[in-house]
Order: sequence, then structure tokens, then C-alpha cells
Amino acid sequence: MTHAAATHPTSMGLDSRKMAFWAFIGSECLLFGSLISTYLVYKGRSVVGPYPHEILNIPFTSFSTFDLLMSSLMMVLALAAVQRGDMKWAKIWLFATAFLGLIFLAGQVYEFASFVHEGLTLQTNLFACTFYVLTGTHGAHVTVGVLWLLTLWVRALQGKLGPAHAITVEISGLYWHFVDVVWIVIFTVVYLIQ
Amino acid sequence: MSAQHEGSAMTEPAQAREHAHPNVGTYLRVAAVLVILTVLEVGVFYVPAFRPILVPVLLVLSACKFALVVLFYMHLKMDSPFFSFLFGAPLLLATGVLVALLLLFYGTLTLRGAGGAGGAGG
Repeated sequence: MTHAAATHPTSMGLDSRKMAFWAFIGSECLLFGSLISTYLVYKGRSVVGPYPHEILNIPFTSFSTFDLLMSSLMMVLALAAVQRGDMKWAKIWLFATAFLGLIFLAGQVYEFASFVHEGLTLQTNLFACTFYVLTGTHGAHVTVGVLWLLTLWVRALQGKLGPAHAITVEISGLYWHFVDVVWIVIFTVVYLIQ
Repeated sequence: MSAQHEGSAMTEPAQAREHAHPNVGTYLRVAAVLVILTVLEVGVFYVPAFRPILVPVLLVLSACKFALVVLFYMHLKMDSPFFSFLFGAPLLLATGVLVALLLLFYGTLTLRGAGGAGGAGG
């Protein structure tokens, strides 16, 4: 019995794993909704600096946003390649997606390090606390996504990933795109609306 | 048991919906629009003339990007409406909580300010 055969369609005729994953993504909406709400509620209430407009680097974060959007494109190209059985390109696109994710994470580490260097630590003020928790939680999700993608890439290299496993790639893609849409909101709410 | 057998267990309309994904050309066009919208977002941020309407413009642009990724890259446009419900209901709830909290906190602050001013005057 193959790995894909373990899937059971629901009474609605939908893939049970995909349905469960959409429910998980729904719960993630509530998690990030609460974190974004907390950031906005405490926005502008810091009594000591550094303040957002003094420290946030828009050009640098714009590049990170572009990077994550392009990683989403790579992800759908990987899925399309797996679905048509083109495993050579599937490996390339999967690795490219994970690599762009790593670049995003490196950018976040650089950003956090530069903020700490400028005196903005988790305990500095309300902005720092809510900012680090929100973007740090997102970064943790990106890290999980990168590890998941690299696992799929290794399985593809071992010849254990094929068109029969397209649903596995599709579900990992759902996670990756969700991480992307969360960043779309964070980029606007945290970085651009100051 | 193969994946094909597994697929045949699905009802035909559901199966057709799950497999009717966009082609590579659509994915590339969506990516181009996403990049253009991001450039517009950053551009609007730096243009002083947009200051009075900056927040609504940024929120609309962000919502467009969000919708494009969810509809085309996450395939909600083509997939079962039940998946849209599983995603949309919690999203609506999260948005409602966000708006309620903002009204509660900022509304309370405004009332306190007005009350304080009134108290000082009385």
C-alpha cells in the first residue's frame, strides 16, 4: 500500500487530509488575528523609544516581502511540476522555495539583531514586545515551512515523491501560502501603517 | 491500492473541482500582479500626497494581494466551497475580534478623555 493510499475521502467526496489542513489554517487565522490585534491595541502606547518610525527599515522589508511572494510562485510551480510528473523541475522549484524561505529568515535574523543593537529588546517597550512576538511567531512558522519543504525536496531526490503524492505537495503549499498571506498583512499593518 | 484508486473513491464533481488548478501562465500572471501591487504599496508609502488616504489605500492593496494568493495559489477559487468556509469563517471571526478590540480600546480612551475634560470643567 502506498503512502497516498492511506488517504480517505470524506462523505463529501473531499480529501480528508486537505479538509483537516484547511481547518488547521482556520485555527491559525485566529492565532495570528489575536497577535495582530494585540499589536494594534498597544500601538502608539510606548512611553519610551525607540519608536516604530525611528527603527523600521522599509526598503529592507520590502525586499523580504518580494522574496516571500516569489517563494509562493516557486511553490505553485513545484506543485504544477509534480502534478504533471516532471520531477526534475519539481526538485528545482521545491529547493528554490526553501532557499527563498531561508533568505527571508536570514533577513529577519539580521533585522532583529540590528534592532537589539539599537537598543530595542523584548523588554524595552510595548512596541518591541508586541512586534517581536508577532514577527517572531511568523518567523517560527516560516522555519517550520522551510524544514517541511526541504524534507519534500530530499524525498524527491530519493525518488520517493511522484505524481501520486501531489496532494502532499499541495498541502505543504497551502501552509507556505498561508505564511505568505500572513506576511502580506504584517507588512501593511506593522511596517507601512505607522 | 494506488492513488488513482483512491481518487476514484471521490464523487466526480468534487474530484473535478480538486484537480482543476490554474496553469503555469495564470500563476505567472498572478505573480506579476502581486509584484506590481507591492511596488504600489511601497510607492504610496513614500509619496506625501497620499498621506491623507494612506491607510485605506494600503488596506485595499493588501486585501487585493491577500485575495489573489488565497484564490489562485491556494486554489480556493477552484476548490470546494467547503474549504472556503473552513478558511473564511475563522478569518471573519478573527477580523471581528480585531475590530471589536480596536473599538473597545480606542473608544474607551476617547470617552475617558471626554469625561476627564468634562470633569475638569465641572
